[in-house]
Amino acid sequence: MNDILAGLVEAGRLVVTLDPDLIEITLRSLQVTVTATVIAAAIGLPFGAWLAVNRFRHRRATIAVMNALMGLPPVVVGLIVYILLSRSGPFGVFGLLFTPAAMIIAQVIIITPLIASISHQAIRDLWAEYHDLLISLNTTKRQRIHALLWDGRRALLTAALAGFGRAIGEVGAIMIVGGNIDHATRVLTTAIALETGKGNFALALALGFVLIALAILVNFLIHGLSRTESESRW
Amino acid sequence: MVAPILPLTLSAAIVKRQGRRLIGPVDCTIEAAGTTIVMGPNGSGKTTLLRLMHGLERAREGRVAWAVDEPATRAHQAYVFQTPIMMRRSVVECIAYPLLTHGTGRREARARAEEWAARVGLGDALGRMATVLSGGEKQKLALARALIRRPQVLFLDEPCANLDGRATREIESILAEARADGVRIVMSTHDMGQARRLADDVLFLLNGRIHEAAMAWPFFAEPATPEARAFLKGDIVE
Ligand SMILES: Nc1ncnc2c1ncn2[C@@H]1O[C@H](COP(=O)(O)OP(=O)(O)OP(=O)(O)O)[C@@H](O)[C@H]1O
Ligand SMILES: [Mg+2]
Repeated sequence: MNDILAGLVEAGRLVVTLDPDLIEITLRSLQVTVTATVIAAAIGLPFGAWLAVNRFRHRRATIAVMNALMGLPPVVVGLIVYILLSRSGPFGVFGLLFTPAAMIIAQVIIITPLIASISHQAIRDLWAEYHDLLISLNTTKRQRIHALLWDGRRALLTAALAGFGRAIGEVGAIMIVGGNIDHATRVLTTAIALETGKGNFALALALGFVLIALAILVNFLIHGLSRTESESRW
Repeated sequence: MVAPILPLTLSAAIVKRQGRRLIGPVDCTIEAAGTTIVMGPNGSGKTTLLRLMHGLERAREGRVAWAVDEPATRAHQAYVFQTPIMMRRSVVECIAYPLLTHGTGRREARARAEEWAARVGLGDALGRMATVLSGGEKQKLALARALIRRPQVLFLDEPCANLDGRATREIESILAEARADGVRIVMSTHDMGQARRLADDVLFLLNGRIHEAAMAWPFFAEPATPEARAFLKGDIVE
């Protein structure tokens, strides 16, 4: 019990004094996850919108696959990316394993389906509303997608934030492909796992505070976005 | 000079949904000038007929033919929906949208949108979100958006249903101007006074068919069918 209390106090001190290790790990977490979110959003948002607007042969199946991919266990994603990137794997020549790039790849695979699925739903609803008008105004397919993405931008930002929230708290996959190497691939979640294992609660808790703060911030943003959305509608 | 897309000819056109016939078979021709008023009880198929003409519904049987090839025609038509569809943008952006998607520059589009907003009485609401407008204001926005590209044919589905008397008169005068300007108007309405004021000819629908098609004055003075007579008197038509 005393250990934990002392750990809490020490954790507070680390945060307040801006401990260099803490800062380094936090910044790397942000760098990896922000990059992964940007890439996943660049793929997932237009894809979700495209799915909402186009009728094609295997549309239902595609949506089902996308929703199934959302439930992929991160650990398995980590395993697959590991195999692909390992020295003997097909992408081994790039030497990406145990680098932040590998972690970004794993996170992109984990959150792209989530972002695509949320944006698909939002754009589908907006498309149902706009359909007749955009057809009547003789818009091209490109213009329609552009209008939907632009007018649905709040919902899309929400989708991206949800992806960010999932990625920043993820540990299984990036542990496998990143290797949790000090000063190289150590991020908030993997560091927490390691420090907890070592019984170093102070640093683990301090890292945990930062992670929680980030999670709360993201949720505030999502909440704020959905509120401004409903206000502008009524 | 743009090729005229009229006349529009419907021949034995039928619209079906889930095997049920919504309207048809419909035969009619919309000639090059004037105002056609579409009348009929609720559910008689006015909206469906207008949507069919505009190409938002497909004719399951029969034909809908414009004077020129189909892909070119919709760019010269505009449609005001019974329930206005508002994009989540400001009033001025909504009105400018059809110009922007057809190659007009931002500055010019904005200037013309402001002009049209003022004409329909939305001059004070330029920056407001279109989605928060009142029902009547939305109708006015929809009309401005429909006219801003100067269509050859303008379809209106009960455009004054939510408007008070004064706004209705304003809209009617804008429509009269457009008509004088050569815009062909096809419009449904439940407002008898309005129908009399605007109509050059009338399509009276009943149960998904054109029950009576006539020039305005003979129709209002003495409808040929007992159903139309009853409808004009305000009686229930079966
Ligand atoms: N998508 C649809 N699916 C099934 N039935 C439909 C659909 N759209 C319209 N209908 C039916 O077609 C008929 C004609 O509808 P329509 O909207 O054209 O009538 P209307 O004359 O415009 O009526 P109102 O005066 O109430 O606007 C109605 O019975 C309606 O229920
Ligand atoms: Mg109707």
